[in-house]
Amino acid sequence: MSNESFTSAEFYRYLGRNEFMATRCNACQKVFLPPRPICTKCFSTDMNWVKLSGKGKLRAFTCITVGPSFMVSAGYDRKNPYCCGIVALEEGPQVSGQILGVNPREPDHIKIGSPVTLEIIAQGEGDSKRLWLGFKAQG
Amino acid sequence: MTKARKLGREVAIVGAGMSKFGVFKEKTTRDLFVEAFKEMVSSVNRRFDPKEIEATYIANFSSDIFEGQCHTAPIMADWVGQIPKPATRIENACASGGIALRHGLIAVASGLFDVVLVGGTEKMTDLPTEKVTDALAAAGDILYEVNCGLTFPGLYATMATAHMQRYGTKVEHLMKVGIKNHRNGALNPKAQFNTSIADLMKSKQDKARETGKPVPEWEDEIAFLKDDSANPVIAWPLRLFDCSPISDGAACLLLVAGEIAHNFTDHPVYIIGTGQGSDHSLPERDDLTSLVAIKEAAHQAYSMAGVAPKDIDVAEVHDCFTIAEILAIEDLGFFPAGQGSKAIDEGLTRREGPKPINTSGGLKSKGHPIGASGIGQVVEVWHQLRGEAGPRQVPNVRVGLTHNVGTTGGSGVVHIYERRD
Repeated sequence: MSNESFTSAEFYRYLGRNEFMATRCNACQKVFLPPRPICTKCFSTDMNWVKLSGKGKLRAFTCITVGPSFMVSAGYDRKNPYCCGIVALEEGPQVSGQILGVNPREPDHIKIGSPVTLEIIAQGEGDSKRLWLGFKAQG
Repeated sequence: MTKARKLGREVAIVGAGMSKFGVFKEKTTRDLFVEAFKEMVSSVNRRFDPKEIEATYIANFSSDIFEGQCHTAPIMADWVGQIPKPATRIENACASGGIALRHGLIAVASGLFDVVLVGGTEKMTDLPTEKVTDALAAAGDILYEVNCGLTFPGLYATMATAHMQRYGTKVEHLMKVGIKNHRNGALNPKAQFNTSIADLMKSKQDKARETGKPVPEWEDEIAFLKDDSANPVIAWPLRLFDCSPISDGAACLLLVAGEIAHNFTDHPVYIIGTGQGSDHSLPERDDLTSLVAIKEAAHQAYSMAGVAPKDIDVAEVHDCFTIAEILAIEDLGFFPAGQGSKAIDEGLTRREGPKPINTSGGLKSKGHPIGASGIGQVVEVWHQLRGEAGPRQVPNVRVGLTHNVGTTGGSGVVHIYERRD
């Protein structure tokens, strides 16, 4: 049994070190992201952290013109929209993230199924620093 | 899927009321709730004394954020004279109303109470849009889902792109949902947008004429809805008119044990099916084009009621966004998966069609004061089943359904109702 902590704080601490981690059940091998502290498939409590490649495919997306406050303060608005999407990672888990390397003003050119690679996004410094998942679409 | 269950005893809705939904600068949740309560009391056409109410269930998403007011249930109960009886708040985001109804239903069906008040209330318009956007996004998973900048419209927009990719649904289908619901809402004096898209177009043209500005020319409603200046993108492919508005409003219902229903009214509406489900946050789901929580809830409700989708005469579904109505009519089994947009094209869900959906105008036109929305749906079905829906009345209605969704389907709740006479 591992003594590791399977919390969001731990996930984001890893992410701050450029390590993209998920939890895996040692009994049934299911990989969880968001990281679950227990296996919600077989109810084993024998979990450990595993590193993910950050590679995946775009399943769905949107280009947002009216964002939440933290995106507004990052400079996004009607004239400067941003793209968010849902990504299926090659290890199985499916996550949301900001999609980079596309033109959010031309959503018709963004293709579901496009390969993407993790590019972690950081905002702010010190205690107010926040990290979120970004994925860069391949040309 | 869980096994079929039956209620402990029959439960009927014998009174229903709602405030107008809209923007009310000088009214709080409690003011709106009292308006709904007064209308509910006057809707009970036989003998009823509010002292008979034994417990109150209040749906409220977040007066905490919107008004800075937590612990809303005892305040609502107090404002309608229900002290010292129990008052409980239910919060499951946009499904709070349907789930509050379910808990009122369970309480009466269990025999614990004979007479229960179920209400919903929300006051959203005091905050600027940016803060409302933050509050709504908080119904998603703030640690792993919406922290990347996904908004509530953004989440539904991703489902729209997935549905478009898989089934060939087009933005025109989404627009037709909005046009239909506004046509219905134009006949509903309680609706926030009590006007059709066609009339809205005309009024914009008239206003331009009056003020000497260039008069915009639109061929039809679809051309108007594709005009970026008239209908800007919020979260592509969803535009302003694909989104339900930010609203204030309240609604309430009087639930009683079936055996005493005729003491209150000549026309009780019986709740014959209830179902509720839950799901992971959106990114983790295997299918982005269908809501597992709703399929689960619908299965439970249909099994309990002993009816099939074809038996439903009218339904109020959770069209927080136009794409949500297409998902709803597929998930409820009214049309096969992927065929929702075809049904919209063929006008099957219009008020005059074979499967009338959202005769009230839906959340799209009626408004979406979150805690009140799920109860407001029941108010419409209650009137339809009693033949009291005025110009919106669908003929020969016997069985109705409400479909209420929390966020993108984190929660789903379905109820089925029957008139017996």
